[in-house]
Amino acid sequence: MQKLTIADKQFNSRLFLGTGKFASSTKMEEAVLASGAELVTVALKRIDLETETDNLLSHLQHTPVSLLPNTSGVRNAKEAVFAAQLAREALETNWLKLEIHPDPKYLLPDPIETLKATEELAKLGFIVLPYIHADPVLCKRLEDAGTSAVMPLGAPIGSNKGLKTFDFLEIIIEQSGVPVIVDAGIGVPSDATKAMEMGADAVLVNTAIAVAGDPVQMSTAFKMAVEAGRMAYEAKSPKQTNQAIASSPLTAFLHEKF
Amino acid sequence: MKSFKEVFDQYSWKEVQASIAAKTSVDVEAALASLHRTLDDFKALISPAALPYLEQMAQQSHQLTKKRFGNTIQLFAPMYLSNECNNICTYCGFSFDNKIRRKTLSTAEILQEINEIKKHGFQHILLVTGEANHTVHVDYFLKALQIIKPHFSNMSIEVQPLEEEEYRTLHKAGIYSVLVYQETYHKDKYRDYHTKGKKSNFYYRLETPDRIGRVGMHKIGLGVLLGLEDWRTDSFFCALHLDYLQKTYWQTKYSLSFPRIRPAEGVHLTDHDIRDKELVQLICAYRLLNENVEISISTRETESFRNHILKLGTTTISAGSKTNPGGYAVDPESLEQFEISDERSAEQMATVIAEQGYEPVWKDWGKNF
Repeated sequence: MQKLTIADKQFNSRLFLGTGKFASSTKMEEAVLASGAELVTVALKRIDLETETDNLLSHLQHTPVSLLPNTSGVRNAKEAVFAAQLAREALETNWLKLEIHPDPKYLLPDPIETLKATEELAKLGFIVLPYIHADPVLCKRLEDAGTSAVMPLGAPIGSNKGLKTFDFLEIIIEQSGVPVIVDAGIGVPSDATKAMEMGADAVLVNTAIAVAGDPVQMSTAFKMAVEAGRMAYEAKSPKQTNQAIASSPLTAFLHEKF
Repeated sequence: MKSFKEVFDQYSWKEVQASIAAKTSVDVEAALASLHRTLDDFKALISPAALPYLEQMAQQSHQLTKKRFGNTIQLFAPMYLSNECNNICTYCGFSFDNKIRRKTLSTAEILQEINEIKKHGFQHILLVTGEANHTVHVDYFLKALQIIKPHFSNMSIEVQPLEEEEYRTLHKAGIYSVLVYQETYHKDKYRDYHTKGKKSNFYYRLETPDRIGRVGMHKIGLGVLLGLEDWRTDSFFCALHLDYLQKTYWQTKYSLSFPRIRPAEGVHLTDHDIRDKELVQLICAYRLLNENVEISISTRETESFRNHILKLGTTTISAGSKTNPGGYAVDPESLEQFEISDERSAEQMATVIAEQGYEPVWKDWGKNF
């Protein structure tokens, strides 16, 4: 399998994990290890920056993962830039998952504020991975603004509804000049496989693993699913068609003898 | 300016009450099967007809809460700043006509309380007062917040209803959420219970969440004081209020509390008590109506009830609470607002939460956000 490159980093694993919603930090750590993930998101608001023994962070220290702090909780570009600077200082990384969802009900991302913040953060030297709608035009605008990847949603966060935005994800993948990470909505491993077969560069999963009866087994299943999907994509699976290809009724006459 | 009053005035208490009573098992089953539940479904789920379906409701409530909030329960501590109050509320220990020693914490006393509360690991704090506008006003709050803010990640208030500008000031000073319970949505009964003081103005209180919403507060907490009136009808109006607020102030989060009247100084209990199984029904019905509202359970409830309700929709709990100003360190014997029931410490509660397969979350916000 090809390695994935985002900005200056290479990844063997194309599965990224969220660290929220687990029953304990120990369970989270076990699931992260089983997944083989090399990049995990952490909500800045959940981390206690004042103690050196933050529960969440201390469980990730022994794993080979890089941290991707997210700005969950901010409602506009200004707050996001401020949170990003806090994260950079506290976690010593300029990588950032930009999340601006002013709507606490469905946690849907605000495209206008996200674009504004991306422009500003890219100028400040951040590696920005913005969470967005599956909006192909917005993806191109973000590229122009200096984003390092795009993270379009498959369905609302935590909904486990799968790839409801399938047709738009296809367009995004086709057009994108930066890695496309399908984020949010992935409910079962087959959703992840589907995204990878389609040509997504990676997927991010949280709820489906954290809330599973056995998070470790589920995270292993996702690992395999992502690998299967990527391998199929690289093996260039034959394109599906909706109907059998008929013999050539319109051009058959060319072969007929006059 | 648009407010909930316009929506509220279109409804009649009696008609709502009758329509809830008229719900049948057919309505309940339809509500249980629905993917997009409405306020009418909510009526069915809180009706007596739904009681035989309690286990199904609980199962769904458990699953929905887990999906949305994960395996986590947030903890917070209330800190009572004052028990001074100019209102007469017939059910409250702080009522003006209770001849008890009044106290409002000074700067030094607030610090003493903070030190004690912090020892238990709390990062989220709820500041509570009565209503004494001459002494416990916005300037007092600002002074208190200055002292409190450096020590906590998240600050909420449950104080007298304020003006919009005052909420704006407090929001800027770092207040994350405001809790204000209507107590009862029954206009006439409301007057009977709140006989004197600023609180006797029903509509001023009813429109308070609008004033909070307009300033972009992060969270608003609603609730009914269970036991004042028919809990079913009251809860329908609370759900209606929540629905209106969520649509109007769409950037704000909401939480619900379920205070049941507890014994307190000078309080006479009413005949509208809500039984345990009805409270479970109510909590589950709210969750089935609304997947994203936070549900908070206080130490008014018993150990046993709190242990079991954790899995049925709860997202937030208080623990080791003191409901008197200075209760943690300064003056443990001063008058409480109500007697708490679950006296376990925060540490004990965190252990119980973990034993049930949940992560106790102490911090979910940053003071610099």
